[in-house]
Amino acid sequence: MRIKGLPDLELIKKKHLPNIKARLGNNQTAGYQVLCCTGTGCSSGGSEKVIKTLNHHIKQQDLQNNVTVYKTGCFGFCKMGPILLVYPGQIFYCLVHEKDAEEIVTEHFSKGHIVERLLYKEPNENKIYPQLKDIPFFQAQQRIALRNCGLIDPEEIEEYIANDGYFALQNVLHKLTPPEVIEIMTQSGLRGRGGGGFPVGRKWAFTAQAEDSPKYVVCNADEGDPGAFMDRSILEGDPHSILEAMTIAGYSTGANQGVIYVRAEYPIAIKRLELAIKQAQQMGLLGENIFDSGFSFSIELRLGAGAFVCGEETALLKSAMGQRGEPRPRPPFPAVCGFRNKPTLINNVETYANVPIILRKGATWYASLGTEKSKGTKVFSIAGKINNTGLIEVPMGTTLRTIIYDIGGGIPGGKKFKAVQTGGPSGGVIPAQLLDTTIDYESLGKIGSMMGSGGLIVMDETDCMVDIAKFYLGFSQDESCGKCTPCRVGTKRMLEIMERITQGKGEMADLDELEELAQDIKETSLCGLGQHAPNPVLSTLHYFRDEYLAHIRDKRCPAGVCQELTDFVVNPEKCIACGICAKACATQAIIGEKKKAYYIDRQKCSKCGVCQTRCPKDAIFKAAIGGDHASADQPGNNHTTYPTP
Amino acid sequence: MPVPTNRETTTQPTQLHERPVGNPPVARTGELITMFINDEPVQVDRGTNVLEACRANGYDIPSLCYVKDINTAGSCRVCIVEIEGSRNLQASCVYPVAEGLRIHTNTNRVRRARRRVVELLLSEHNRECTSCVRSQNCELQKVAYKVGARYGKLAHQPVHEPKIVKNPFIVRDFSKCIKCRRCEAVCKNLQGIGVFSPLNRGNETIIAPAFQRNMADAACIACGQCVLACPTASLTERSYIDEVWQAIEDPTKHVVVQTAPAIQASIGEEFNLPVGTVVSQKLAAALRRLGFDSIFSTDFAADLTIVEESNEFLHRLAKGGPLPLISSCSPGWIKLCEHFYPEFIPNLSTCKSPMEMFGALAKTYYAEKIGIDPKHMVVVGVMPCTAKKFEAARPEMKTYGQRDVDYVLTTRELARMMRQADLNLNKLPEEEFDQPLGFSTGAANIFAASGGVMEAAIRTAVALTDGKAMGRLEFKEFRGLRGIKEVTLELQGQEIRLGVAHGANNARKLMERLKQGEQFHFIEIMACAGGCVGGGGQPITSNPEKPELTPEYRSERAKGLYALDLNKELRRSHENQAVVKVYQEYLGEPMSKKAKEILHTHYTARGKLPGFDFSEQEKAGDKQEIPVGNLPGLLH
Repeated sequence: MRIKGLPDLELIKKKHLPNIKARLGNNQTAGYQVLCCTGTGCSSGGSEKVIKTLNHHIKQQDLQNNVTVYKTGCFGFCKMGPILLVYPGQIFYCLVHEKDAEEIVTEHFSKGHIVERLLYKEPNENKIYPQLKDIPFFQAQQRIALRNCGLIDPEEIEEYIANDGYFALQNVLHKLTPPEVIEIMTQSGLRGRGGGGFPVGRKWAFTAQAEDSPKYVVCNADEGDPGAFMDRSILEGDPHSILEAMTIAGYSTGANQGVIYVRAEYPIAIKRLELAIKQAQQMGLLGENIFDSGFSFSIELRLGAGAFVCGEETALLKSAMGQRGEPRPRPPFPAVCGFRNKPTLINNVETYANVPIILRKGATWYASLGTEKSKGTKVFSIAGKINNTGLIEVPMGTTLRTIIYDIGGGIPGGKKFKAVQTGGPSGGVIPAQLLDTTIDYESLGKIGSMMGSGGLIVMDETDCMVDIAKFYLGFSQDESCGKCTPCRVGTKRMLEIMERITQGKGEMADLDELEELAQDIKETSLCGLGQHAPNPVLSTLHYFRDEYLAHIRDKRCPAGVCQELTDFVVNPEKCIACGICAKACATQAIIGEKKKAYYIDRQKCSKCGVCQTRCPKDAIFKAAIGGDHASADQPGNNHTTYPTP
Repeated sequence: MPVPTNRETTTQPTQLHERPVGNPPVARTGELITMFINDEPVQVDRGTNVLEACRANGYDIPSLCYVKDINTAGSCRVCIVEIEGSRNLQASCVYPVAEGLRIHTNTNRVRRARRRVVELLLSEHNRECTSCVRSQNCELQKVAYKVGARYGKLAHQPVHEPKIVKNPFIVRDFSKCIKCRRCEAVCKNLQGIGVFSPLNRGNETIIAPAFQRNMADAACIACGQCVLACPTASLTERSYIDEVWQAIEDPTKHVVVQTAPAIQASIGEEFNLPVGTVVSQKLAAALRRLGFDSIFSTDFAADLTIVEESNEFLHRLAKGGPLPLISSCSPGWIKLCEHFYPEFIPNLSTCKSPMEMFGALAKTYYAEKIGIDPKHMVVVGVMPCTAKKFEAARPEMKTYGQRDVDYVLTTRELARMMRQADLNLNKLPEEEFDQPLGFSTGAANIFAASGGVMEAAIRTAVALTDGKAMGRLEFKEFRGLRGIKEVTLELQGQEIRLGVAHGANNARKLMERLKQGEQFHFIEIMACAGGCVGGGGQPITSNPEKPELTPEYRSERAKGLYALDLNKELRRSHENQAVVKVYQEYLGEPMSKKAKEILHTHYTARGKLPGFDFSEQEKAGDKQEIPVGNLPGLLH
């Protein structure tokens, strides 16, 4: 069916809205609606199998008319996946295995009893939350970009339309002129969500002003920060919002062709995008003469070849044109000379996801959210040493403390929070004393980090900040394209210094050299990757200088992470002298006899860590060299007590 | 003061390749704007970049990757300047000027950053400067000196990669590569070939042919423009100096040297003479003092080539083809044709290049004449060219089982030999080349400039067909910097269409037109822009503006040769009495059986991906293998 205008959209909405309304809690339908996340996280946890088994049992028990299972996008609570959400009642089942399917069908759908053991249990308070809305993880959130994720079936265009999808496009094409659309975007205060935070309205205006033609609209879906998966979830859970936004952007800037550059590592996102493009084409929402407005727009996919630097816009454009993904100096900006050397608008997935709802609800509504300079909401993926790993969306201006402790549920195992890394390898670490920093572009920049694309990686006291900085620097060095000297050579030299320090071979002069080199690389690199590559080192040097000093002066790694500066030690109080570790040791470094605690000969130990994994009593631990344990496990010293981790 | 004008007629096409490397080139608009360099207002063209604007106004900004119109990647970061309103320092070579733009070149921030960038490059550079072939002629060395780079605290981590000596023409030394990517840009943008591309990423990046194949195994035409462009000694010609010294020292060997027409107009640059100075007589004196036994010039063979080739042309014209006849003097062009246009191989003139003709004749006619066993004769060619080294090694280039030319030296190598032999070109007496193979007409001298072969051939063809001794002599329509020159002439009452292309990119454009069915009768193609005067074996300057890559500089060299021609009494090849004598005494007449045996050759289809498409070569029925890694020097 080809959609020609508002009445057609209304028709589809009317037909499919009741289902959506039930999910939104506005309407009680007769049957059960089961929403099962099929994002990458839950899929790898086996959610597809869960759906299959559920359907099997539903059929077996003849409940087809009463129960419908929908695939949805990501709920965000990836730690707890696979997730099932059952309406009515908004019952939140988590960590569901296919074996649990029968019980859910029998108990819940057939008899009406909630399966309590699958409900969410808050780890700190040990409290059970049956309903999604009560779970702390979801409470402080406000979902705008993620509005459809976990609500609609991303593989059905009708569900998207039923939840007001493509209405904004219809309205734009029939009632607004391109400058009016751009004005709304400007008024909304939306800024680029890819990391740079450039005002969206201005970017659109630049491209609209460019005189050359044809123009292109590009979507940057090459999400590469370690631990970031916002864009993936949006593409998987709500692909049509991107298509709609790109079409609107095309109309506003005068482009008729869109390109989505998506990482090849996102197979589900690619599949759903392809499906969405096909569906939109069939309905006439992409292609020639959309909504009979005379405006035509088509979208094609380009798969990335797996380079972090291709998230940089000029490198992305090169890669999309089939060339080596290398950035080029700007100006000229893509708005003047971009894809195929023509004016190109390039925005990130999350940015586009905000566009349709802004046009539907108005700039004033959007501008009322967030802080003075950073409007709206921001999606973050929280990972690392945190209880609730997952995807969240909060208004700008939320504090890090809220995100980490209220939404994220704090640090597992009662450990102490040490720092949080924002902005991925381009950002910096934020220490505990700055936890009350509000999340917005300006305040993060002020404390030496950056918003980035929204990855938040939490570190606790067992993380070595020197090691963390080395990891991020190594990542940037690995992913450098090799074009400009400072990034290609400079980051390598920095990494060599970092390696020296973590091996206990650092000198005090290395710190000055690191700082100077970092400053020069920031000043002289060609693109953002190089300019921000030293950030993790600079910010850890700033906030955790004592750790560097410990590595250099005392030749010890306080967190017990850096291999050259740590030893594996047997805790004689826990050791039961079973001898398993000694058998597992490849270098015969573990010595012991019956009924006496074993000990590890440091001369022989290769620090492979196998003993630690084999010990049934957790008696072996990694400890910093030079700590109190120094001779603890050596013969004759078995009586010494020392701190265990 | 306005910046220097962008060339109006240029061999470097401004709309270059479909895949240009780097940012758009400088485009002169003629409109002047005011910008501020170190707070001083200057007038510059709106279309230029900050680097050009600064250089035009007396600020010698250092640069390593930038080559005007060819490489505008902004990758080396040496030319950074401070731009007001810009958070970071900016590479001036890619920053467009704008009205009211305020830039600063002389600040602590700029000095420190530039020094750091060069120090970083040095930190992994193979710093064997004192024994490096580009010592004192190295741009990195000069820039390091200029910015005051120190080794500092940075660890020296040179790339430990052995030199890649796997082909007879170009040697790659990754330990000296600074990844400026000029080689890549010159190959792609100037020559339209694109052999080089960056491989791997980050610190592992190297610039090499795809799959890191040897240049001999890629569709490289061996033109050596990359060697000219290389700021360090990462790309150099394969040197045969040691072998030549050894041959000279060997009392059993009679060493014949021949110098190409372009050498006399360019070797002076190696001895600080102004560009275009012609030093034929001093060159002869130098060669004699180096110890060569016979001092000849390839110019003689150029006359011979013209006689053969114009006869071949008249023959083909009379017999109806295959036309157009395409000249075969440029070995780079021959390799290009074999790789990219194998279907046009029948159109190539079967005449050997002058160098090969000379070698063949030296080892037959001359050897007989002086009574030497050709086995004891060593022919050394001094050429402005790296592709000649490849040509000399071709299996086709043998006569009666003897390799025609044993060693090829570039202009630079000859200069190096002269320095080793304490010869100061400026103070040498003026001497003449030996006879009989050292005599040439003016037509041979202009061979080295684009259009020269065509002009020489037409001089002879016109004279031969008109039967008049005094036909038209100068054909200036073939001269000049235009990339493709087309001329229609009347010959024997027939309209003939002639084409001249120089620079591989222009050659490809002309060939594409032929493929579309455009008709020509005779075409001259030179692989290097400007012809042999711009060859890959010519002197390299360490001037950051890389003048030797510009057509203007090359045409200065050509001017010297045209002046030489103008002052010659004999200016038509067939009037060369030495040539006439060779035919009388030895060859019979042009295109005779003997001439064909000695002076003509055949070619080998290679395909765009040599080594990959064996099926195509088999289909063509030509299974001749290119002997790679077993070429001159190694053959002897």
